[in-house]
Amino acid sequence: MGEFKVHRVRFFDYMPSGIRALAFNRDIERIAVARMDGSVEVFHCSDRFFQEKIIPGREQCGIEGLSWVGERLFSAGLNGGITEYDLTNQKVKYTVDAYGGPIWTIAGNQQGTHLAVGCEDGTVKLFEVNEDKIQFERNLDRQKSRIISLSWHPSGSKIAAGMMDMIQIFNVETGHSVHRLLADRGVGTSRSKECVVWSVVYLSDGTIISGDSVGMVKLWDDQTGTLIKSHNVTKCDVITSYLIVPLEWQNEDSLVAGTSEGTVVQFQFISMVLGKDDKEWVRTRTFKNHTHDIRAVAEITTAVVSGGMDAQLVVRPLLDKVEVRSAASALRKIHFPHRRLVSCARKSGLMLFQYPGHLELWRLGESEGKGSSLFVKRNPEKLLHLKVKGEDHIRCSAVSPCGEWIVYSTASSLRLYRLHCDNNNVSITKISKLPMVLSSANQLCFSSDSSHLFSASTQSSVHLVSLSQSGCKFVGTLKPKSGSHQAIHLLAASEDGKWLASANSDHEVHIYNLQTRKAHCTVPVYSSAVTAMGIHPTTNCLFMMYADQQMCEYSIEQKQYTDWSRMVQRKGLHRFWMERDTPCLNVMFNPQHPSHVILHDTYMLCIIDQSLPLPDDKTQFYNQLTLKSLPEEQRKSHSHAFKVCKTFKDILCVELMSDQSLVVVERPLEDVASQLPAPIKQKKFAT
Amino acid sequence: MVEESDVRVVRFGGSKINLRPPIISTDSRFVLCTSGDSVKVYSTRTEEWLHSLQGHTNQVTGIALNPANHLQVYSCSADGTVKLWDFIDGILIKTFIIGYPLFAIYVSEKHEGIVFLHIAMDTDSKKEGFQLVAVHLPKSAEQEVEAKELSAVSSHISPNPSCTAFGREGQYIAFARNLQLNVYFFRKQKTYSFSLKATDKKGAKNAFTCIACHPTDDCIATGHEDGKIRLWRNFIHKKEYTYSTQHWHHNAVNTLCFTPEGTNLLSGGIESVLVQWQYGTGNRKEFLPRLGGSILHVSASSDGQLFCTSHSDNKITVIESSFKVCGVIQGLVKGDAVLTDLMIDPRSKALVLNGKPGHLQFYSLLRDKHLYNLDIVQQEYIYEAGLDQFEVVKAAFDIKGYWLATVEERGQKSADLEFFLKLWSYDERTQSFVLNTTITAAHTDRIISMCFSSSEETTMLVTIAEDGQFKAWCQGVDADTKQDQNFWSCDFVGSYHNLKPTNCSFSADSSLLAVSFQEVITIWSPDTWELLTTLCQPPGVIRDLCFGRLSCSKYLISTTTRNLLCCWNLLTCALEWSTSVEVSKLQSDPLSENVAAFSYQSKHTDLFVFKPNEPRPLFTHKNVCSEKIHRAVFVPREEPLNNCDESSQWLNRSQLYFLTQNMDLLTFSTATEEDRMLSSSTRLVIDDSVAVTPFYLLLGKHRQQQQKLNTPSHQAADRPQQPQGSVTITELLHTPAHVLPPASVLCSMFVSSLLISNTGVLQDPLRKEMESSEQEMNSEKEEEDSEGEMEACDSQQELRVQGSVDEVTPKLSKAQERELKRVRKTDFSWMAGLIASKP
Repeated sequence: MGEFKVHRVRFFDYMPSGIRALAFNRDIERIAVARMDGSVEVFHCSDRFFQEKIIPGREQCGIEGLSWVGERLFSAGLNGGITEYDLTNQKVKYTVDAYGGPIWTIAGNQQGTHLAVGCEDGTVKLFEVNEDKIQFERNLDRQKSRIISLSWHPSGSKIAAGMMDMIQIFNVETGHSVHRLLADRGVGTSRSKECVVWSVVYLSDGTIISGDSVGMVKLWDDQTGTLIKSHNVTKCDVITSYLIVPLEWQNEDSLVAGTSEGTVVQFQFISMVLGKDDKEWVRTRTFKNHTHDIRAVAEITTAVVSGGMDAQLVVRPLLDKVEVRSAASALRKIHFPHRRLVSCARKSGLMLFQYPGHLELWRLGESEGKGSSLFVKRNPEKLLHLKVKGEDHIRCSAVSPCGEWIVYSTASSLRLYRLHCDNNNVSITKISKLPMVLSSANQLCFSSDSSHLFSASTQSSVHLVSLSQSGCKFVGTLKPKSGSHQAIHLLAASEDGKWLASANSDHEVHIYNLQTRKAHCTVPVYSSAVTAMGIHPTTNCLFMMYADQQMCEYSIEQKQYTDWSRMVQRKGLHRFWMERDTPCLNVMFNPQHPSHVILHDTYMLCIIDQSLPLPDDKTQFYNQLTLKSLPEEQRKSHSHAFKVCKTFKDILCVELMSDQSLVVVERPLEDVASQLPAPIKQKKFAT
Repeated sequence: MVEESDVRVVRFGGSKINLRPPIISTDSRFVLCTSGDSVKVYSTRTEEWLHSLQGHTNQVTGIALNPANHLQVYSCSADGTVKLWDFIDGILIKTFIIGYPLFAIYVSEKHEGIVFLHIAMDTDSKKEGFQLVAVHLPKSAEQEVEAKELSAVSSHISPNPSCTAFGREGQYIAFARNLQLNVYFFRKQKTYSFSLKATDKKGAKNAFTCIACHPTDDCIATGHEDGKIRLWRNFIHKKEYTYSTQHWHHNAVNTLCFTPEGTNLLSGGIESVLVQWQYGTGNRKEFLPRLGGSILHVSASSDGQLFCTSHSDNKITVIESSFKVCGVIQGLVKGDAVLTDLMIDPRSKALVLNGKPGHLQFYSLLRDKHLYNLDIVQQEYIYEAGLDQFEVVKAAFDIKGYWLATVEERGQKSADLEFFLKLWSYDERTQSFVLNTTITAAHTDRIISMCFSSSEETTMLVTIAEDGQFKAWCQGVDADTKQDQNFWSCDFVGSYHNLKPTNCSFSADSSLLAVSFQEVITIWSPDTWELLTTLCQPPGVIRDLCFGRLSCSKYLISTTTRNLLCCWNLLTCALEWSTSVEVSKLQSDPLSENVAAFSYQSKHTDLFVFKPNEPRPLFTHKNVCSEKIHRAVFVPREEPLNNCDESSQWLNRSQLYFLTQNMDLLTFSTATEEDRMLSSSTRLVIDDSVAVTPFYLLLGKHRQQQQKLNTPSHQAADRPQQPQGSVTITELLHTPAHVLPPASVLCSMFVSSLLISNTGVLQDPLRKEMESSEQEMNSEKEEEDSEGEMEACDSQQELRVQGSVDEVTPKLSKAQERELKRVRKTDFSWMAGLIASKP
């Protein structure tokens, strides 16, 4: 099926950031994730947890809580401000200072009228949610210690607040405290330590459930203020200030709690005697998918989502809630972003790695000899370390195919550099006079001859900038006919410089004619998001991969799906292909074999030969070994279109260079795990 | 051929007591467990074996308390019957004949008159296809009833009986098989089944191993092969069922049991740690470690005060609810293999064989009680698979039981064999064996066999080894040390043409030593160590050697590998007779001339008992068992039987025990013996207030004497009650506290001494006479009036009437009659108070 020289790159030290908060919006089926570096990501729950939106963080912005109010997303952090996000343009909308010191928690009521934040100074502050902004309304009774957790009663009339050693129940109308529930401290040596109520949940029947640093989940009655029941979830002998038991509930019959041991414990409200109504909260299942302490859990309709210090988002399906068992409802661990962090200068062998706060440019090594592993003649070399100006983190970056231009964008600025490479001397010059439109970009892309830069901007528009030795010149703006406002997350330019395709979060794919600078056509909108696309260099067909693992080929010139694409839709894809749980992140074409399409996801590299028949469910999908054992004549009859290579694991990027060599950027999870801080508590055998 | 009807193979003594979960009686006084063909009743407080319920003719496979009467117990057996017993008195109440071999029994309070039984499916395949059937026990007065109303609850259940359990109030029954849990609701007649995956990604083995249901909540606890315990709830939903997992055991959970209140869950496994999980609070658990062998079953008493665990080393441990071991009932320890022969300690008449690793155990077969373990190896045994550790492989007693010789070995499999020969002397003071001599290199190769000379004067040990030599060891004063203590040293080394010896034996009077070398038997004189003669009857290597006893002591019997049994006359040095029979074990009775030979032919073992002087077998038992038998022993009886029957005469003086390869200890019993046992068991009626303890027996004897004493001199007891009571009290106060019976006994005694019972009323002779005369008058009248009314009277009155009818006969005078009646009527219970008064 073709042999490639592969650069196995393992020097991209990308470190995913730990997860700090989760918020689930049932109406739009999105889950928002806040990470330790301040970035906020939005995952689409019913679209195989595709990472739709990424809002990069800033330095010194520790988000402590996330809350949806309707379709608006708010966060609050230790910097004392409440931030609303502009989800269409994927950036921060505004930040309001609460003037109460660091904010530990934020909670919106179910009516969508108010936000409550718990502050370091012991106040619970109510904010009214207006059309465009939020407005401070009033403080509830000030307490002596900081407010760690908050929960609204579903009716919106009461608030339970978790604090040091106690839980307060406030009447929202009067602002006075109704009840004070004292949480017990641990026994023995931990008695001297304060018991931190990390999490509270107020149920509609008046039950308050709290999780605290002693490792207990406690059930309280809000009428009498008494403890009903307590469950010991973790060992109480390890009490650190990090022990967090976030709770999340759903339908009020199931509740999950995450622990510092990395386990998620489920509680269910079930009747003890079958057929009778007296129900009790019973601890049922325990999920152990994390190596480190869990900082946030959420129960979505059919699954438990948890995230923690080990920076992975784990989606654990609840099989009793799943209607049909399928690949969409399988256990899923999301380690890496669904965006490309690496861009390659295909013609000059340079690679640009995007870190949150800096860029690295590397030159690939050279090798000689033959065999399965080659001798490295020249080691890869780090040419450049480019730090970002300002506090904002990088949103996107690109290096031109010729390797002369580097561009990156943060939320507030865009910078373009020209690279001079004279043997060992590397120098860059910043292009100073940028056109006004290039203030910020959602996605950046160079044309294949490096003469143009495409910058995706607000309202799904793409700015066209021509690059020359002297500088850059704004050429024009491409606007879609649909008038969508969603941000573009993918751009693909054709090899001949004639076409440009853009994909946005509304699942729209627009194709522009670069010669006329007009919209050419729109690919029919599919229900799933586009995760990768590429334009074929010879046939000018747009090849698209979707989050639900479907693939489409669209002929730009004929403005319709190609015959092959229709055949794929008709015959369906193989079960094993559909069951993969990470999206395809890149589409490449091999100029020497025009019928080959190269794809990759986190776990595999695949070459699709469009000239071969498609496999049906009965044929063996991973058939390379079988083919090898067969004689030459029979191979033809047994082979099918998909050739999967699983030699590489934890792939961040695969790119085909112009010299027919493949660059595979790996980031082994073991390396990530070894760089994580030590877990707070690890389960030992027989304890 | 002799009839074999009245001699049959039974499991009696040394049987497994850990086959099924033990049961604690409702009043927590007794522990019942299955043991071979019988059910044994032990006292929880004293761990004594009280009696056994005998009557089944095959292995008892399950016991369950009768939910309708807590003094009765159901037992089921592989002989196809369910029997109902009064376990306190040991009386068989009823027998229900089911007709199929039964493997387990379950009962439930809500299912009155129904027992649930495991029976094998009709298919012949073993171990597979068991079904659970509900059997309606017919109500009938007869002793033996045939139960025909069988209805299958479920087929294809697990052969493991702990995988079935009744749920709350008997509403459902849960049973698990491999990876599937089924819950059958009786009312809805519907089964819900839940299955687990065989393994998950972490390599957990999910197969079910045991099951228990919560008594009040709808919660099923299941144990799994990987040590997990799952608590299932909401199992009336196909999909919304849920379970929580708890994991402490690192290996399969063998047993689970909820306490009767449902507050705790007990679990046990191979770790031999009893774990108590607090129900409903997740992780809180208590441990009771180091209980011995791995835990097979746990059961709790109905008041939750006592727990019982049974262990793989044939042991039942009684545990208080405060997690304190309060009693250990030890059965015969059977390891993987018995390496030593079965032996009888001449002193204690106990059976001696391998017990705990590195130990010899002494087991009294008569009392069916484990006596003690003798540590031979004296090294810590490490419980880990694959380690090569010292193990006792040979042991021999001298005829008086004063000396014990043992051989321990290590490295049987590997090339470098290590072994020690140890000689132990009996210490009268400590009443146990004390190591006298350790011989490190007794031979250059493995010791095959050894025997003590049987003479009374000098004890001599002969060992034969694979190095082609036999050595005689004598006890003598060591010239170098000259100590008082006598150590053992080598006296003589003999060999014969460098042939490998195979066996050795002393004649009954120790005047001759026979050592067999391959095909040749050599006869030596132990006094002069002179080779007297050789006997040879090829072909075939000699396997067993055995001298005749008593009147047949001139005979030497040998068996060969080529299926030949030869009997040599030592006076003529000629072959007396020989017969072609494959003998796997030859065992001579030390108390008679009889020799037992086990022959393994065409997949079953036959027994022949013969006297050496005649080639005709005395007794033949075909098809004793299906396995080959290598170990057998004659156990002398305590008191000889007097069977006149020719076929069972050989069992009169001693009993033949043999061990099968499945480690079942079997024996032969005769009809007369069983009759006697049965009658003795029914005779034994236990006072309700006291458990049978040694102390009680002491006390009881005393009491019986008292009663015997009192009954004839009845008048003497007709003293007023009060002074007697005070005597009791003074006696009580004068007795040292440590010899007093338990307070509960004293209390009832004390209270009854203070009571003025209705017998006390009778003590006034005047009133009594008046009363009785009145009664007589009445009854006479009644007799005249109507006989129908009299029938309606209760039995006591009937008795009186009987008396009055007797009265009509003029043979006895009225006064005499009255006296007789009084004796008959008087309740002697108050006499309990007398015991203390008369020392």
